[in-house]
Amino acid sequence: MPVTAVLVLAAGTYAFRLAGPLLRDRLRLPDRVKELMSISATVLLVALVATASLTRGQGFAGWALPAGVLVGGLAAWRKAPFVVVVLLAAATTAGLRYLGVE
Amino acid sequence: MRSIWRTLDPELLRDVAAVAAGAAVNGASFGAISVAAGLPWWLPVLMSLLVFAGGAQFMAVGVVASGGSPAAAVVAGLVLNARHLPFGLAVGDVLGRGLLARLIGSHLLIDETVAFAIAQRDPAKARAAYWACGTSLFAAWNLAVVAGALVGQAIGDPGAFGLDAAFPAALLALTLPALKDPRTRNAALLGSAVALATTPFLPAGLPVLLALTGLVAAMTTRQEARTCP
Repeated sequence: MPVTAVLVLAAGTYAFRLAGPLLRDRLRLPDRVKELMSISATVLLVALVATASLTRGQGFAGWALPAGVLVGGLAAWRKAPFVVVVLLAAATTAGLRYLGVE
Repeated sequence: MRSIWRTLDPELLRDVAAVAAGAAVNGASFGAISVAAGLPWWLPVLMSLLVFAGGAQFMAVGVVASGGSPAAAVVAGLVLNARHLPFGLAVGDVLGRGLLARLIGSHLLIDETVAFAIAQRDPAKARAAYWACGTSLFAAWNLAVVAGALVGQAIGDPGAFGLDAAFPAALLALTLPALKDPRTRNAALLGSAVALATTPFLPAGLPVLLALTGLVAAMTTRQEARTCP
């Protein structure tokens, strides 16, 4: 992988990142649109959670991974501390894999 | 900057540390995998400093390692990172007002910083959470990538430790409070369904972007709420 490829990927990524904060001020958007924009962060993150827990590549990720995320999610819903949520999720997935569940 | 650190409570710092620890293990595995794929040790290090997006970095190295062209690797990485544009539109004001804060803060715009920021109710706390998470993860990720690249093959599969479950679980925990709002919840559920349904047919990154179509649910929920006083 040549350095040029790394630099182009870095420049493109930074452009995506900088565009939002800069455009936000320039655009005079109605409050409704601004509200939808702030909802969109949650929508993207939850979609990321869904795809990262259920899919790998273009197929199903297997049961161990979503089971771990589900256990973590239930713990979070029951107001467990954040660190516990993360550790429970990882431990559940690791445990299931150790037992041979993929 | 000093005021930012004063706004932080120990609980938040502990949460950030948990996410940073996960990022460190992933970073070490990224460094090791890159070197195993035949890259010189400094290339994954440079990439991590300048790109600072784990998913896109793994993707780009994976494409090249499996015989793809560097151009294909760049395109795949950029498609995956396109979500940072709507992220910036959504939370761009937590970076701070100044130009320097925006120039530096933009580089720290990643899934975790966005999630930590939107989990805070108070704008000052959101800004503190964003910067604390961003700088901690930047340090943890990059130091770990150097370590992984130098140590090489010795690091085992992070999947064996269930680390691939830690990342989505952390994001889920951070977004859960925002999902109490019915409009946000409906939009997120519809968006996730669209993302999952399109994953088998589209290159990685596009399905998550398509989740934005879920915003339609937020718009219709609002109208219903208006008609029922």
